[in-house]
Amino acid sequence: MSKKLLLEKAHVEGIRTYDVYRREGGYRSVEKALKTMSPDQITEEVKKSGLRGRGGAGFPTGLKWSFLAKPAGVPRYLVCNSDESEPGTFKDRYLMEFIPHLLVEGLIVSSFALGSNRTFIYIRGEYAWIVDILEQAIEEAKANGWLGKNILGSGFDCEIYVQRGAGAYICGEETALIESLEGKRGNPRIKPPFPAVKGVWDSPTVVNNVETIAAVVPIINIGAEEYLKIGVGKSTGTKLISACGNINKPGVYEIDMTISVEEFIYSDEYCGGIPNGKKLKACIPGGSSVPILPTNLLLKTAKGETRYMNYESLSDGGFATGSMMGSGGFIVFDEDQCVVRHTLTLARFYRHESCGQCSPCREGTGWMEKILKNIEYGKGKMSDIDLLWDIQRKIEGNTICPLGDAAAWPVAAAIRHFRDEFEWHVNNPDECQKRNYGLAHYADPRPLAVPA
Amino acid sequence: MVQFPENKIKKVQEIIARYPEGKQKSALIPVLHLAQEEFGWLSSETMDYVASLLKLEPIEVYEVATFYSMYNLKPVGRYMFEVCQTGPCMLRGSDNIIEYIGQKLGIKPGETTADGLFTLKTVECLGACGYAPMMQMGKFYREHLTKEKVDAIIDECRTKASTLN
Repeated sequence: MSKKLLLEKAHVEGIRTYDVYRREGGYRSVEKALKTMSPDQITEEVKKSGLRGRGGAGFPTGLKWSFLAKPAGVPRYLVCNSDESEPGTFKDRYLMEFIPHLLVEGLIVSSFALGSNRTFIYIRGEYAWIVDILEQAIEEAKANGWLGKNILGSGFDCEIYVQRGAGAYICGEETALIESLEGKRGNPRIKPPFPAVKGVWDSPTVVNNVETIAAVVPIINIGAEEYLKIGVGKSTGTKLISACGNINKPGVYEIDMTISVEEFIYSDEYCGGIPNGKKLKACIPGGSSVPILPTNLLLKTAKGETRYMNYESLSDGGFATGSMMGSGGFIVFDEDQCVVRHTLTLARFYRHESCGQCSPCREGTGWMEKILKNIEYGKGKMSDIDLLWDIQRKIEGNTICPLGDAAAWPVAAAIRHFRDEFEWHVNNPDECQKRNYGLAHYADPRPLAVPA
Repeated sequence: MVQFPENKIKKVQEIIARYPEGKQKSALIPVLHLAQEEFGWLSSETMDYVASLLKLEPIEVYEVATFYSMYNLKPVGRYMFEVCQTGPCMLRGSDNIIEYIGQKLGIKPGETTADGLFTLKTVECLGACGYAPMMQMGKFYREHLTKEKVDAIIDECRTKASTLN
């Protein structure tokens, strides 16, 4: 049984309400932080914990906090990124929906550490009912003295507000989120200046993911040293994984990052295996933007070692033979699924979500979708596969924000690992309308790379 | 004439008060949600009204309203089925659900039934991948969709509509 730090109490009846949450030990971290620690001590503790941003990029949170500029007389802001929109990811929603006070608690401690008197939760517009849940939790926290003026006599004032987006994946990118919070289109800004210097309303701003903020609570409660002991290497603490696709038990799981990918998929404690006795074909382990891996590279690295559910192991082999932890959106494909079709849906997604500022992304995502559509519907040419490769190469690294990379990587990985499935579509235009390519050799053991 | 009722005007003031002095433009996205709730969709009159409330140029409102996918820039049916079609939902059969709803209502994605009751729309990932296939209907999600569930939802809407009329 994995150790749980975030979701341990998520199933306690009534945990959504303040009274039950408090009875279960809630808001202890606020007491500890505001009464016994200085803001810098909290930042140091978060730094020491090794916590990495849980939104997808995995940047060390404490380091991000330490970059925050603190000019005298200028307000600073903490903004919680609840714009969860990466296909395959629904962990933040789970956390906010079932244990909203954990986020509020984390936000109070983090706001104190950063000196944010006005903190915003920017939540994707579609999560409309969760806005009510969060506002209720905030109201309860305030009624019980955890928010407002001079919290616990510390002299620290803080208010938390919930701001709804209106349907735009790009607003998960922190500078686009800031633009959106300012009431504009979600067009990412050119960096520098970074938000830590010039963020919302030109003030120093930190933007952190929901799960990241929630993780601050156990870090303060048990201390960085204990937190560090959970996990392995630079993957400290626990991680929420949203598991979906062709598995018996889709849902959100908290793991301690020491379990293998194979155990995660097949163990009854987690995904519970593939339904209907089907075989595993492929998996996107960290949200739609990260590379898809065929079964043989998913379960074992190119060196033949067991692959684990942590930052280092999932990216072992780089993009050539590895993938990424990303946002923890774990998408499983059984043997009946078509990688070309799935890649087409992702290409359409990124075309739809491109903000349109940068030509390589605005034009390239549309071209990729059209070409993939042709291949999927039996109208593709062999040269289209190379053209797709060429387009994704020209998007990657050539845009203001990472959406371009996020659109390029899934296409690149699909061609890299499933090229024969694409070729089969081109060579069998009629047959590919009637059936899928199937498992083929994607689960066969790979010959080990010969050391040079 | 487009005009918010008193309670909504109050809500707008509350929202503006969340931001620092002079930053009321930040209220634009929430206020457009209020407007859509009130009027069903965002006509240019409605957008101009929102501009006047927040002391913005109308163009500042148009450019935001056209950027975000949740704003309806033309009238929609009383019940809008927004069915997710992105990869993870596709793996769990969303294509069949979209086709089934289309057949059942006699409309294609993007269309509204002649009686004005239903609009079918395909959307991209709504963050419910573990509960696929799914759709958004108004404020809430309808998840683990099957043909039987779709039938029941359509019946539920028709019943509700007949009591409202």
